[in-house]
Amino acid sequence: MHIAQNWRLKAQRYRLVGEVCEHCGAKIFPPRDICPNCSHSAKESFEFSGRGEVYSFSALSETAEKFQRFRPYTMALVKLEEGPLVTAQLTDVEPDKVKIGMPVEMVTRRLMEEGNEGIILYGYKFRPMLDKVA
Amino acid sequence: MREVTIVGIGQIPVSEYWTRSLRHMAHDALMAAWQDSGVEEVDTLYVGNALADELSDQKQLGALVADFIGQRGIAAARVEAGDASGALALHQAYLAVASGMYDTALVVGVEQMSAALPVEVISATARFLDQEYEATMGATLNSIFALMMRRYMYEYKVPRDAFFAFPSTAHQNAVNNPNAMFRKAIKESTYKRIAMISEPLNMFDVAPICDGAAAVMLCATDKLPVLRHDGPPPVRIAASTVATDAVAVHDRQDPLFLEAAFISSQLAYRQATLNQTDIQLFELHDSSSIMAALSLEACGLAPRGEGARAAAEGLIALDGPAPISTMGGLKARGNPAGATGIYQVVEIAQQLREETGANHISGAQAGLAQSIGGTGATAVTHILTQL
Ligand SMILES: [Zn+2]
Repeated sequence: MHIAQNWRLKAQRYRLVGEVCEHCGAKIFPPRDICPNCSHSAKESFEFSGRGEVYSFSALSETAEKFQRFRPYTMALVKLEEGPLVTAQLTDVEPDKVKIGMPVEMVTRRLMEEGNEGIILYGYKFRPMLDKVA
Repeated sequence: MREVTIVGIGQIPVSEYWTRSLRHMAHDALMAAWQDSGVEEVDTLYVGNALADELSDQKQLGALVADFIGQRGIAAARVEAGDASGALALHQAYLAVASGMYDTALVVGVEQMSAALPVEVISATARFLDQEYEATMGATLNSIFALMMRRYMYEYKVPRDAFFAFPSTAHQNAVNNPNAMFRKAIKESTYKRIAMISEPLNMFDVAPICDGAAAVMLCATDKLPVLRHDGPPPVRIAASTVATDAVAVHDRQDPLFLEAAFISSQLAYRQATLNQTDIQLFELHDSSSIMAALSLEACGLAPRGEGARAAAEGLIALDGPAPISTMGGLKARGNPAGATGIYQVVEIAQQLREETGANHISGAQAGLAQSIGGTGATAVTHILTQL
Protein backbone atom coordinates (compact mmCIF):
# COMPACT_ATOMS: atom_id res chain seq x y z
CA MET A 1 0.00 0.00 0.00
CA HIS A 2 1.15 3.55 -0.74
CA ILE A 3 1.84 6.23 1.86
CA ALA A 4 -1.35 8.17 1.10
CA GLN A 5 -3.42 5.00 1.25
CA ASN A 6 -2.10 4.33 4.74
CA TRP A 7 -2.32 7.97 5.86
CA ARG A 8 -6.03 8.10 5.00
CA LEU A 9 -6.59 5.27 7.48
CA LYS A 10 -4.87 6.84 10.47
CA ALA A 11 -8.03 7.47 12.51
CA GLN A 12 -9.03 3.83 12.15
CA ARG A 13 -5.55 2.46 12.74
CA TYR A 14 -4.64 4.54 15.81
CA ARG A 15 -7.98 5.14 17.51
CA LEU A 16 -10.43 2.56 16.12
CA VAL A 17 -12.68 5.29 14.74
CA GLY A 18 -15.70 3.80 13.04
CA GLU A 19 -19.26 4.98 12.68
CA VAL A 20 -22.60 4.83 14.37
CA CYS A 21 -25.71 4.57 12.20
CA GLU A 22 -28.15 7.44 12.90
CA HIS A 23 -31.03 5.25 11.76
CA CYS A 24 -30.64 1.95 13.59
CA GLY A 25 -27.86 2.68 16.08
CA ALA A 26 -25.53 -0.03 14.74
CA LYS A 27 -21.86 0.52 15.55
CA ILE A 28 -19.77 0.07 12.44
CA PHE A 29 -16.10 -0.83 12.06
CA PRO A 30 -14.36 -0.44 9.68
CA PRO A 31 -16.26 2.70 8.57
CA ARG A 32 -18.15 2.04 5.36
CA ASP A 33 -20.54 4.95 4.68
CA ILE A 34 -23.56 2.67 4.24
CA CYS A 35 -24.86 0.81 7.28
CA PRO A 36 -24.60 -2.97 6.67
CA ASN A 37 -27.51 -3.44 9.06
CA CYS A 38 -30.18 -1.13 7.57
CA SER A 39 -28.59 0.15 4.30
CA HIS A 40 -29.04 3.82 5.26
CA SER A 41 -26.07 6.11 4.94
CA ALA A 42 -23.89 6.21 8.06
CA LYS A 43 -21.75 9.30 8.50
CA GLU A 44 -21.41 9.94 12.23
CA SER A 45 -18.00 9.02 13.66
CA PHE A 46 -17.79 6.74 16.63
CA GLU A 47 -14.67 5.87 18.59
CA PHE A 48 -14.66 2.29 19.82
CA SER A 49 -13.54 1.47 23.36
CA GLY A 50 -10.93 -0.97 22.09
CA ARG A 51 -12.20 -3.69 24.41
CA GLY A 52 -13.42 -7.03 23.19
CA GLU A 53 -12.79 -10.76 23.23
CA VAL A 54 -11.03 -13.32 21.07
CA TYR A 55 -13.48 -14.81 18.56
CA SER A 56 -10.85 -16.95 16.79
CA PHE A 57 -7.06 -17.06 16.51
CA SER A 58 -4.22 -18.69 14.61
CA ALA A 59 -0.46 -18.77 15.16
CA LEU A 60 1.29 -18.54 11.82
CA SER A 61 4.83 -18.75 10.53
CA GLU A 62 4.11 -18.37 6.81
CA THR A 63 3.69 -14.65 6.08
CA ALA A 64 3.71 -12.09 3.29
CA GLU A 65 6.98 -10.34 2.45
CA LYS A 66 6.50 -7.22 4.59
CA PHE A 67 5.79 -9.31 7.70
CA GLN A 68 8.68 -11.77 7.36
CA ARG A 69 10.82 -10.25 10.11
CA PHE A 70 7.92 -10.25 12.58
CA ARG A 71 7.38 -14.02 12.38
CA PRO A 72 5.92 -15.90 14.13
CA TYR A 73 2.82 -14.05 15.25
CA THR A 74 -0.79 -14.72 16.10
CA MET A 75 -3.69 -13.47 13.97
CA ALA A 76 -7.11 -13.14 15.52
CA LEU A 77 -10.67 -12.17 14.92
CA VAL A 78 -11.63 -9.95 17.86
CA LYS A 79 -15.26 -9.30 18.76
CA LEU A 80 -15.43 -5.70 19.98
CA GLU A 81 -17.75 -5.09 22.93
CA GLU A 82 -19.83 -2.75 20.74
CA GLY A 83 -20.49 -5.59 18.26
CA PRO A 84 -18.23 -5.63 15.17
CA LEU A 85 -15.52 -8.18 14.45
CA VAL A 86 -12.02 -6.99 13.51
CA THR A 87 -9.04 -8.84 12.08
CA ALA A 88 -5.86 -8.03 14.00
CA GLN A 89 -2.75 -9.49 15.59
CA LEU A 90 -2.55 -10.47 19.22
CA THR A 91 0.47 -9.23 21.14
CA ASP A 92 2.10 -9.65 24.57
CA VAL A 93 0.80 -13.21 24.83
CA GLU A 94 2.17 -16.68 24.00
CA PRO A 95 0.06 -18.48 21.35
CA ASP A 96 -0.56 -21.47 23.64
CA LYS A 97 -2.11 -19.15 26.26
CA VAL A 98 -4.75 -17.76 23.90
CA LYS A 99 -8.33 -18.99 24.19
CA ILE A 100 -11.54 -18.17 22.41
CA GLY A 101 -13.48 -15.78 24.66
CA MET A 102 -10.34 -14.29 26.25
CA PRO A 103 -10.84 -10.56 27.06
CA VAL A 104 -8.46 -8.32 25.09
CA GLU A 105 -7.84 -4.61 24.62
CA MET A 106 -6.41 -2.54 21.80
CA VAL A 107 -2.85 -1.22 21.80
CA THR A 108 -0.89 0.64 19.11
CA ARG A 109 2.11 -1.27 17.80
CA ARG A 110 4.36 -1.52 14.78
CA LEU A 111 2.60 -3.57 12.10
CA MET A 112 5.25 -3.87 9.41
CA GLU A 113 8.17 -2.31 7.59
CA GLU A 114 8.68 -1.95 3.87
CA GLY A 115 12.42 -2.60 3.58
CA ASN A 116 15.09 -0.18 4.87
CA GLU A 117 13.85 2.86 2.97
CA GLY A 118 10.11 2.18 2.99
CA ILE A 119 7.40 3.15 5.44
CA ILE A 120 7.06 1.80 8.97
CA LEU A 121 3.42 1.21 9.66
CA TYR A 122 1.79 1.43 13.09
CA GLY A 123 -1.70 0.35 13.97
CA TYR A 124 -3.92 -1.63 16.32
CA LYS A 125 -3.13 -4.97 17.86
CA PHE A 126 -4.85 -6.57 20.84
CA ARG A 127 -3.35 -7.81 24.12
CA PRO A 128 -4.88 -9.65 27.06
CA MET A 129 -6.87 -7.14 29.12
CA LEU A 130 -4.58 -6.06 31.95
CA ASP A 131 -7.13 -5.74 34.74
CA LYS A 132 -8.41 -9.24 33.97
CA VAL A 133 -4.97 -10.84 34.18
CA ALA A 134 -4.11 -12.33 37.56
CA MET B 1 -31.22 -15.34 -24.05
CA ARG B 2 -30.04 -18.31 -26.09
CA GLU B 3 -29.01 -21.69 -24.76
CA VAL B 4 -25.24 -22.27 -24.72
CA THR B 5 -23.26 -25.49 -24.98
CA ILE B 6 -19.68 -26.52 -24.28
CA VAL B 7 -18.51 -28.19 -27.47
CA GLY B 8 -14.80 -28.56 -26.73
CA ILE B 9 -12.57 -29.01 -23.69
CA GLY B 10 -8.81 -28.88 -23.17
CA GLN B 11 -6.34 -28.94 -20.30
CA ILE B 12 -2.66 -29.35 -19.59
CA PRO B 13 -1.50 -31.32 -16.56
CA VAL B 14 -1.34 -29.16 -13.42
CA SER B 15 2.34 -29.04 -12.61
CA GLU B 16 5.35 -26.73 -12.37
CA TYR B 17 6.23 -25.40 -15.81
CA TRP B 18 9.76 -24.09 -16.12
CA THR B 19 9.98 -23.86 -19.91
CA ARG B 20 6.43 -22.73 -20.80
CA SER B 21 5.18 -19.24 -19.91
CA LEU B 22 1.61 -17.99 -19.44
CA ARG B 23 1.00 -17.52 -23.16
CA HIS B 24 2.30 -20.98 -24.02
CA MET B 25 0.24 -22.70 -21.36
CA ALA B 26 -2.90 -20.80 -22.45
CA HIS B 27 -2.15 -21.74 -26.06
CA ASP B 28 -1.83 -25.45 -25.31
CA ALA B 29 -5.15 -25.63 -23.44
CA LEU B 30 -7.00 -23.44 -25.97
CA MET B 31 -5.78 -25.38 -29.00
CA ALA B 32 -6.78 -28.65 -27.34
CA ALA B 33 -10.29 -27.28 -26.68
CA TRP B 34 -10.59 -25.84 -30.15
CA GLN B 35 -9.47 -29.06 -31.82
CA ASP B 36 -11.88 -31.04 -29.65
CA SER B 37 -14.80 -28.78 -30.56
CA GLY B 38 -15.27 -29.34 -34.29
CA VAL B 39 -15.94 -25.60 -34.60
CA GLU B 40 -14.14 -23.66 -37.34
CA GLU B 41 -14.26 -20.03 -36.21
CA VAL B 42 -13.98 -18.35 -32.86
CA ASP B 43 -15.72 -14.99 -32.30
CA THR B 44 -14.35 -13.92 -28.92
CA LEU B 45 -11.88 -14.94 -26.19
CA TYR B 46 -12.06 -14.64 -22.40
CA VAL B 47 -9.01 -15.19 -20.21
CA GLY B 48 -9.39 -15.95 -16.51
CA ASN B 49 -6.27 -15.10 -14.55
CA ALA B 50 -5.60 -13.89 -11.00
CA LEU B 51 -1.91 -13.22 -10.57
CA ALA B 52 -0.22 -12.24 -13.85
CA ASP B 53 0.27 -8.62 -12.67
CA GLU B 54 2.15 -9.66 -9.54
CA LEU B 55 3.95 -12.79 -10.69
CA SER B 56 4.55 -12.25 -14.43
CA ASP B 57 4.47 -8.42 -14.72
CA GLN B 58 1.82 -8.75 -17.43
CA LYS B 59 -1.50 -7.05 -18.08
CA GLN B 60 -3.74 -7.12 -21.21
CA LEU B 61 -3.83 -10.90 -21.22
CA GLY B 62 -6.89 -10.87 -23.49
CA ALA B 63 -4.97 -9.33 -26.38
CA LEU B 64 -1.76 -11.20 -25.58
CA VAL B 65 -3.39 -14.62 -25.70
CA ALA B 66 -5.65 -13.80 -28.68
CA ASP B 67 -2.57 -12.85 -30.68
CA PHE B 68 -0.59 -15.85 -29.51
CA ILE B 69 -3.24 -18.32 -30.72
CA GLY B 70 -3.28 -16.69 -34.15
CA GLN B 71 -6.47 -14.69 -33.57
CA ARG B 72 -5.10 -11.15 -33.58
CA GLY B 73 -8.08 -8.85 -34.10
CA ILE B 74 -10.87 -10.64 -32.23
CA ALA B 75 -12.62 -9.25 -29.15
CA ALA B 76 -10.84 -10.45 -26.00
CA ALA B 77 -10.85 -9.70 -22.28
CA ARG B 78 -9.11 -10.79 -19.09
CA VAL B 79 -11.33 -11.41 -16.07
CA GLU B 80 -10.16 -11.31 -12.44
CA ALA B 81 -11.84 -12.43 -9.22
CA GLY B 82 -9.08 -14.12 -7.23
CA ASP B 83 -9.18 -17.88 -7.63
CA ALA B 84 -12.70 -17.58 -9.10
CA SER B 85 -11.24 -15.77 -12.14
CA GLY B 86 -11.59 -18.72 -14.53
CA ALA B 87 -15.19 -19.41 -13.57
CA LEU B 88 -16.09 -15.71 -13.81
CA ALA B 89 -14.46 -15.58 -17.27
CA LEU B 90 -16.70 -18.50 -18.28
CA HIS B 91 -19.75 -16.66 -16.94
CA GLN B 92 -18.84 -13.59 -19.03
CA ALA B 93 -18.33 -15.73 -22.13
CA TYR B 94 -21.63 -17.48 -21.45
CA LEU B 95 -23.39 -14.09 -21.33
CA ALA B 96 -21.66 -13.02 -24.54
CA VAL B 97 -22.95 -16.06 -26.43
CA ALA B 98 -26.34 -16.26 -24.72
CA SER B 99 -26.99 -12.62 -25.57
CA GLY B 100 -26.66 -13.32 -29.28
CA MET B 101 -23.68 -11.01 -29.70
CA TYR B 102 -21.31 -13.90 -30.48
CA ASP B 103 -21.96 -17.46 -31.68
CA THR B 104 -18.74 -19.03 -30.44
CA ALA B 105 -16.37 -18.15 -27.61
CA LEU B 106 -13.15 -19.58 -26.27
CA VAL B 107 -12.46 -19.38 -22.54
CA VAL B 108 -9.17 -20.18 -20.88
CA GLY B 109 -8.14 -20.11 -17.25
CA VAL B 110 -4.39 -19.82 -16.90
CA GLU B 111 -2.02 -19.29 -14.00
CA GLN B 112 1.70 -19.47 -13.44
CA MET B 113 2.77 -19.40 -9.80
CA SER B 114 5.67 -21.80 -9.37
CA ALA B 115 8.40 -19.60 -10.85
CA ALA B 116 7.90 -17.09 -8.03
CA LEU B 117 9.24 -17.60 -4.51
CA PRO B 118 6.64 -18.98 -2.07
CA VAL B 119 6.74 -15.70 -0.12
CA GLU B 120 5.90 -13.78 -3.32
CA VAL B 121 2.92 -16.05 -3.94
CA ILE B 122 1.76 -15.57 -0.33
CA SER B 123 2.05 -11.78 -0.75
CA ALA B 124 0.17 -11.90 -4.06
CA THR B 125 -2.69 -14.12 -2.85
CA ALA B 126 -3.04 -11.92 0.27
CA ARG B 127 -4.51 -9.46 -2.24
CA PHE B 128 -7.57 -11.73 -2.48
CA LEU B 129 -8.29 -10.36 1.02
CA ASP B 130 -9.33 -6.86 2.08
CA GLN B 131 -5.96 -5.09 1.79
CA GLU B 132 -6.73 -2.25 4.21
CA TYR B 133 -8.30 -4.27 7.02
CA GLU B 134 -7.02 -7.84 6.67
CA ALA B 135 -3.74 -8.10 4.72
CA THR B 136 -2.21 -4.94 6.25
CA MET B 137 -2.82 -6.41 9.70
CA GLY B 138 -0.55 -9.34 8.75
CA ALA B 139 -3.20 -11.77 7.52
CA THR B 140 -2.49 -14.24 4.73
CA LEU B 141 -5.13 -16.18 2.82
CA ASN B 142 -4.30 -19.34 4.78
CA SER B 143 -4.43 -17.50 8.12
CA ILE B 144 -8.00 -16.37 7.39
CA PHE B 145 -8.95 -19.96 6.51
CA ALA B 146 -7.38 -20.95 9.83
CA LEU B 147 -9.45 -18.38 11.75
CA MET B 148 -12.61 -19.73 10.12
CA MET B 149 -11.58 -23.33 10.81
CA ARG B 150 -10.76 -22.74 14.50
CA ARG B 151 -14.10 -20.98 15.10
CA TYR B 152 -15.94 -23.73 13.18
CA MET B 153 -14.33 -26.42 15.36
CA TYR B 154 -15.26 -24.46 18.49
CA GLU B 155 -18.81 -23.56 17.55
CA TYR B 156 -19.83 -26.94 16.12
CA LYS B 157 -17.58 -29.11 18.34
CA VAL B 158 -15.84 -30.69 15.36
CA PRO B 159 -12.49 -32.42 15.95
CA ARG B 160 -9.68 -31.38 13.58
CA ASP B 161 -9.29 -34.93 12.29
CA ALA B 162 -12.82 -34.83 10.81
CA PHE B 163 -11.38 -32.57 8.10
CA PHE B 164 -9.08 -35.37 6.91
CA ALA B 165 -11.93 -36.60 4.68
CA PHE B 166 -11.35 -33.70 2.28
CA PRO B 167 -7.64 -34.14 1.42
CA SER B 168 -8.04 -37.90 1.67
CA THR B 169 -10.87 -38.04 -0.90
CA ALA B 170 -9.14 -35.53 -3.18
CA HIS B 171 -5.84 -37.43 -3.22
CA GLN B 172 -7.57 -40.77 -3.67
CA ASN B 173 -9.49 -39.46 -6.70
CA ALA B 174 -6.42 -37.79 -8.23
CA VAL B 175 -4.66 -41.15 -8.54
CA ASN B 176 -6.67 -41.80 -11.72
CA ASN B 177 -6.35 -38.29 -13.17
CA PRO B 178 -3.34 -37.92 -15.50
CA ASN B 179 -3.75 -34.11 -15.28
CA ALA B 180 -3.53 -33.97 -11.47
CA MET B 181 -0.53 -32.67 -9.56
CA PHE B 182 -0.57 -35.16 -6.66
CA ARG B 183 -1.48 -38.68 -7.76
CA LYS B 184 -0.89 -40.46 -4.47
CA ALA B 185 -3.26 -41.35 -1.65
CA ILE B 186 -2.44 -39.95 1.80
CA LYS B 187 -2.62 -41.62 5.21
CA GLU B 188 -4.48 -40.36 8.24
CA SER B 189 -1.39 -40.91 10.40
CA THR B 190 0.53 -38.51 8.14
CA TYR B 191 -2.31 -35.95 8.25
CA LYS B 192 -2.16 -36.01 12.05
CA ARG B 193 1.54 -35.23 12.28
CA ILE B 194 2.28 -33.04 9.24
CA ALA B 195 3.47 -29.47 9.84
CA MET B 196 1.04 -26.65 10.62
CA ILE B 197 0.86 -23.70 8.22
CA SER B 198 -1.43 -21.59 10.33
CA GLU B 199 -2.96 -23.43 13.28
CA PRO B 200 -5.23 -25.45 13.08
CA LEU B 201 -4.65 -25.57 9.31
CA ASN B 202 -1.90 -27.98 8.26
CA MET B 203 -0.08 -28.58 4.97
CA PHE B 204 -2.59 -31.23 3.87
CA ASP B 205 -5.50 -28.85 4.45
CA VAL B 206 -4.49 -26.47 1.66
CA ALA B 207 -4.13 -26.72 -2.10
CA PRO B 208 -0.60 -26.45 -3.57
CA ILE B 209 1.12 -23.62 -5.44
CA CYS B 210 1.18 -24.75 -9.07
CA ASP B 211 0.80 -23.86 -12.75
CA GLY B 212 -1.96 -24.82 -15.14
CA ALA B 213 -4.30 -23.93 -17.97
CA ALA B 214 -7.68 -25.31 -18.96
CA ALA B 215 -10.03 -24.19 -21.72
CA VAL B 216 -13.50 -24.65 -23.19
CA MET B 217 -15.15 -23.72 -26.47
CA LEU B 218 -18.71 -22.42 -26.21
CA CYS B 219 -21.25 -22.46 -29.01
CA ALA B 220 -24.84 -21.21 -29.21
CA THR B 221 -27.03 -24.33 -29.21
CA ASP B 222 -29.17 -23.05 -32.10
CA LYS B 223 -26.03 -22.67 -34.24
CA LEU B 224 -24.63 -26.14 -33.60
CA PRO B 225 -25.85 -27.66 -36.90
CA VAL B 226 -24.35 -24.81 -38.94
CA LEU B 227 -21.09 -24.18 -37.11
CA ARG B 228 -20.05 -27.65 -36.11
CA HIS B 229 -19.07 -30.56 -38.32
CA ASP B 230 -18.14 -33.30 -35.88
CA GLY B 231 -16.83 -33.76 -32.35
CA PRO B 232 -17.84 -35.22 -29.00
CA PRO B 233 -21.36 -34.84 -27.55
CA PRO B 234 -22.01 -31.20 -26.56
CA VAL B 235 -22.64 -30.44 -22.90
CA ARG B 236 -25.33 -27.90 -22.02
CA ILE B 237 -24.69 -25.00 -19.63
CA ALA B 238 -27.93 -25.28 -17.69
CA ALA B 239 -26.96 -22.52 -15.25
CA SER B 240 -24.29 -19.87 -14.90
CA THR B 241 -24.63 -17.61 -11.86
CA VAL B 242 -22.55 -15.21 -9.77
CA ALA B 243 -23.03 -13.78 -6.29
CA THR B 244 -20.88 -11.66 -3.98
CA ASP B 245 -20.27 -11.11 -0.29
CA ALA B 246 -18.09 -8.80 1.82
CA VAL B 247 -14.42 -9.33 0.93
CA ALA B 248 -13.35 -9.33 4.60
CA VAL B 249 -14.60 -12.25 6.67
CA HIS B 250 -15.02 -9.91 9.67
CA ASP B 251 -17.56 -7.86 7.67
CA ARG B 252 -19.87 -10.81 6.96
CA GLN B 253 -23.22 -11.47 8.56
CA ASP B 254 -21.91 -14.85 9.71
CA PRO B 255 -18.18 -15.60 9.31
CA LEU B 256 -18.98 -19.32 9.13
CA PHE B 257 -21.49 -19.12 6.29
CA LEU B 258 -20.53 -18.61 2.65
CA GLU B 259 -23.43 -16.37 1.69
CA ALA B 260 -22.22 -15.78 -1.89
CA ALA B 261 -21.81 -19.52 -2.44
CA PHE B 262 -25.29 -20.07 -1.02
CA ILE B 263 -26.92 -17.41 -3.22
CA SER B 264 -25.15 -18.44 -6.42
CA SER B 265 -25.99 -22.12 -5.88
CA GLN B 266 -29.65 -21.30 -5.17
CA LEU B 267 -29.81 -19.17 -8.33
CA ALA B 268 -28.17 -22.00 -10.27
CA TYR B 269 -30.61 -24.67 -9.05
CA ARG B 270 -33.44 -22.34 -10.06
CA GLN B 271 -31.99 -21.49 -13.48
CA ALA B 272 -31.42 -25.17 -14.26
CA THR B 273 -34.76 -26.17 -12.66
CA LEU B 274 -32.92 -28.93 -10.82
CA ASN B 275 -32.65 -29.94 -7.16
CA GLN B 276 -29.48 -31.11 -5.47
CA THR B 277 -30.81 -34.66 -5.80
CA ASP B 278 -30.99 -34.33 -9.61
CA ILE B 279 -27.24 -33.63 -9.71
CA GLN B 280 -24.80 -36.52 -9.50
CA LEU B 281 -21.49 -34.73 -8.84
CA PHE B 282 -20.19 -31.48 -7.40
CA GLU B 283 -16.83 -29.86 -8.03
CA LEU B 284 -16.58 -27.52 -5.04
CA HIS B 285 -13.92 -25.00 -4.04
CA ASP B 286 -11.72 -27.10 -1.72
CA SER B 287 -8.89 -24.54 -1.62
CA SER B 288 -8.69 -25.51 2.06
CA SER B 289 -10.48 -28.17 4.08
CA ILE B 290 -12.60 -25.56 5.84
CA MET B 291 -13.69 -24.04 2.50
CA ALA B 292 -14.75 -27.52 1.35
CA ALA B 293 -16.85 -28.02 4.50
CA LEU B 294 -18.46 -24.57 4.23
CA SER B 295 -19.12 -25.08 0.49
CA LEU B 296 -20.99 -28.32 1.17
CA GLU B 297 -23.17 -26.41 3.62
CA ALA B 298 -23.67 -23.41 1.31
CA CYS B 299 -24.76 -25.65 -1.56
CA GLY B 300 -27.33 -27.39 0.64
CA LEU B 301 -25.47 -30.72 0.65
CA ALA B 302 -24.93 -30.78 4.42
CA PRO B 303 -26.64 -28.98 7.34
CA ARG B 304 -24.83 -26.03 8.97
CA GLY B 305 -21.90 -27.25 11.05
CA GLU B 306 -22.16 -30.77 9.65
CA GLY B 307 -20.06 -30.48 6.45
CA ALA B 308 -16.86 -31.97 7.85
CA ARG B 309 -18.60 -34.71 9.83
CA ALA B 310 -20.80 -35.67 6.84
CA ALA B 311 -17.70 -35.82 4.63
CA ALA B 312 -15.98 -38.10 7.14
CA GLU B 313 -19.06 -40.34 7.03
CA GLY B 314 -18.87 -40.85 3.26
CA LEU B 315 -21.04 -38.04 1.81
CA ILE B 316 -18.37 -36.91 -0.67
CA ALA B 317 -16.95 -40.27 -1.81
CA LEU B 318 -17.21 -41.27 -5.48
CA ASP B 319 -20.03 -43.66 -4.55
CA GLY B 320 -21.53 -41.32 -1.92
CA PRO B 321 -24.66 -39.18 -2.30
CA ALA B 322 -22.67 -35.99 -3.14
CA PRO B 323 -19.30 -36.83 -4.71
CA ILE B 324 -16.90 -33.87 -4.79
CA SER B 325 -13.34 -33.43 -6.13
CA THR B 326 -13.98 -36.41 -8.42
CA MET B 327 -10.72 -35.85 -10.33
CA GLY B 328 -8.73 -34.61 -7.34
CA GLY B 329 -10.27 -31.21 -6.66
CA LEU B 330 -8.21 -28.13 -5.86
CA LYS B 331 -6.36 -30.05 -3.17
CA ALA B 332 -4.85 -32.81 -5.34
CA ARG B 333 -5.44 -31.86 -8.97
CA GLY B 334 -4.09 -28.49 -7.89
CA ASN B 335 -5.36 -24.92 -7.52
CA PRO B 336 -3.66 -22.83 -10.22
CA ALA B 337 -5.75 -19.87 -9.03
CA GLY B 338 -7.29 -18.28 -12.13
CA ALA B 339 -7.30 -21.58 -14.03
CA THR B 340 -9.08 -23.61 -11.37
CA GLY B 341 -12.67 -22.73 -12.29
CA ILE B 342 -12.14 -23.98 -15.83
CA TYR B 343 -10.49 -27.23 -14.69
CA GLN B 344 -13.63 -27.90 -12.60
CA VAL B 345 -15.92 -27.35 -15.60
CA VAL B 346 -13.70 -29.42 -17.91
CA GLU B 347 -13.81 -32.29 -15.40
CA ILE B 348 -17.61 -32.18 -15.20
CA ALA B 349 -17.79 -32.21 -19.01
CA GLN B 350 -15.45 -35.24 -18.95
CA GLN B 351 -17.77 -36.96 -16.46
CA LEU B 352 -20.85 -36.25 -18.61
CA ARG B 353 -18.96 -37.45 -21.70
CA GLU B 354 -17.86 -40.58 -19.80
CA GLU B 355 -14.17 -39.86 -20.24
CA THR B 356 -13.15 -40.21 -16.60
CA GLY B 357 -12.23 -43.91 -16.53
CA ALA B 358 -12.28 -45.49 -13.08
CA ASN B 359 -13.58 -42.25 -11.53
CA HIS B 360 -16.70 -42.10 -13.66
CA ILE B 361 -19.83 -41.34 -11.63
CA SER B 362 -22.28 -43.88 -12.96
CA GLY B 363 -25.43 -42.34 -14.34
CA ALA B 364 -23.97 -38.81 -14.30
CA GLN B 365 -26.37 -36.57 -16.21
CA ALA B 366 -25.79 -33.31 -14.38
CA GLY B 367 -22.86 -31.82 -12.51
CA LEU B 368 -22.32 -28.62 -10.52
CA ALA B 369 -19.07 -26.64 -10.43
CA GLN B 370 -18.62 -23.88 -7.88
CA SER B 371 -15.61 -21.60 -7.78
CA ILE B 372 -14.90 -19.13 -4.99
CA GLY B 373 -12.64 -16.08 -4.90
CA GLY B 374 -10.39 -16.04 -1.82
CA THR B 375 -12.36 -16.64 1.37
CA GLY B 376 -15.81 -16.31 -0.23
CA ALA B 377 -16.35 -12.82 -1.66
CA THR B 378 -17.10 -13.99 -5.22
CA ALA B 379 -18.89 -17.25 -5.92
CA VAL B 380 -19.58 -18.56 -9.41
CA THR B 381 -21.75 -21.62 -9.96
CA HIS B 382 -22.23 -23.57 -13.18
CA ILE B 383 -24.52 -26.53 -13.72
CA LEU B 384 -23.78 -28.67 -16.76
CA THR B 385 -26.11 -31.32 -18.19
CA GLN B 386 -26.10 -33.72 -21.08
CA LEU B 387 -27.74 -32.14 -24.11
ZN1 LIG C 1 -28.28 1.26 10.29
